Amino acid sequence: MKFWAWGAFLLGCLYFILPLIGMTEFSLSMERGVYSFKAYQVVLGDPAFQATFGYSALMAVLTIGFGVLLVVPTAYWVRLRMPELRPYIEFITLLPLVIPAIVIVFGYIRLYNTSSWLPLTGTAMGTNILLMFGYATLSLPYMYRSVDTGLRTIDVATLTEAAQSLGAGWITIMGRVILPNVLGAVLSGAFLTFAIVIGEFTMAALLDRPAFGPYMQLLGANRAYEPAALAVIAFAITWACMGLIQTVTRLSKHTRAQT
Amino acid sequence: MAGHSSLRNFAPLRWLGVLPFFVFTFLFLIWPTLYIVFGAFKTADGSFTLDNIRQLNTPIIRNAYWISIKISFYSAVFGCLIGFAMAWAVTLGGLPRQTRNPLLTFSGVASNFAGVPLAFAFIATIGPAGLITLWLKTELGINLRAYGFNLLSSTGLILTYLFFQIPLMILIITPALDGLKREWREAAAILGATGLQYWRMVAFPILLPSILGTMALLFANSFGAVATAIALTGPSLNIAPILLYAQIRGDVLGSPNLGYALAFGMIVITGIANTLYIVLRARSERWLK
Repeated sequence: MKFWAWGAFLLGCLYFILPLIGMTEFSLSMERGVYSFKAYQVVLGDPAFQATFGYSALMAVLTIGFGVLLVVPTAYWVRLRMPELRPYIEFITLLPLVIPAIVIVFGYIRLYNTSSWLPLTGTAMGTNILLMFGYATLSLPYMYRSVDTGLRTIDVATLTEAAQSLGAGWITIMGRVILPNVLGAVLSGAFLTFAIVIGEFTMAALLDRPAFGPYMQLLGANRAYEPAALAVIAFAITWACMGLIQTVTRLSKHTRAQT
Repeated sequence: MAGHSSLRNFAPLRWLGVLPFFVFTFLFLIWPTLYIVFGAFKTADGSFTLDNIRQLNTPIIRNAYWISIKISFYSAVFGCLIGFAMAWAVTLGGLPRQTRNPLLTFSGVASNFAGVPLAFAFIATIGPAGLITLWLKTELGINLRAYGFNLLSSTGLILTYLFFQIPLMILIITPALDGLKREWREAAAILGATGLQYWRMVAFPILLPSILGTMALLFANSFGAVATAIALTGPSLNIAPILLYAQIRGDVLGSPNLGYALAFGMIVITGIANTLYIVLRARSERWLK
């Protein structure tokens, strides 16, 4: 039995490790005969890389901000006052996992074009906002579940009543009582959102925005070594986001144990 | 606290708290989807028709769906088998405990490492000039191309999709394997069952809904994937998401409403797969909780 277990484990690991070695080796071999960081220098020095990466990073931050403002008060309110709505809200938040992103963005393009009642795609700024809403939709399942799990660990009703009896208004309650208590959960959702948004391709490409995903795809179609370097960078970003989530989860468990 | 109590008693005001959520999801999730769905049943001038759905049964579109379904099916089946084997190895297979957490952590990363960069990693590894391809050619004299292997094909796509399918299976099935109670195994052993009998008659039937449910989820997961396929094969491979992508960009089908029908078909397929997942997951919770 041990033999089969090791066999399955090692073969599986081999499958995972080979592409990682492959992309790393490829990314280092831009100069003939020697390993060098040439491909990384070329990529990082490319103004289009800096512009698109900056654009996607900014979009990710805005998406996270918007997502937090939308999800935290909703999840809080549902737990506090409208628990009967929970199944419906959970169902809606899971829909982006069911409906492919390409279908959602197809709907955007037809619904918010220049001749519609809300011509978001008519201007660059409008399209940026539409793309941000699209990203917020894609990250909704992760954000909502993360925040809702965080809220489960605190006594929402007691905290709210305590804050109210001290004279706090809703904004104070949200910003200074609820949010700090679910910060770990919010950050988990935020890092996952960042990992999703930074390399997202379909929505950005179809809405024609200069994001990092379409840039990578374009580079992949035209260059040999730079895409491998991009893959290594993207893998490092994904790894960093997941590492941060684990750290945040561990830290928030730690502080709760102390109190 | 007059404001507080009136807020509690005055029902419509309670809804204000969830209003932003419902407005947002309606405008940017539900309405766009419904627009596509309704569009699939309309003619160009807006009257009801089933023609668009009927026209899905043309060779190009039927082929695109069929290849998509095959790719999703095989990547789901192999993802489940390999993921199950690895999860079994680190939970019940008797490997050192230190293998378990790194595998789960790595699975968390790999299941999110999809899209364009994933395609690059596989091109660099087993593409025409990839690491393994060249190694096999120079060291062993094996020419993969001569054996009919081509990364830029459905086989290549399945091989690539497994990189996020296997980890997803590991993440979902590990808790289920943990849920197999020691007592069941002991009870079976006392009644004289061999290890194989225990697996065939106790463990496997308990795990089956979880496995099939995850398979449905993996199917839906790869069915809607666009970015990896486009980065890997370009617009050349005729699968449903790429055809839809081309249709949105340039109306390659020559009829906008046929495009809606194509998208509608995708929703139906991922919808069925996800419903299966939810039903089977609920069933698996009868034993594994």
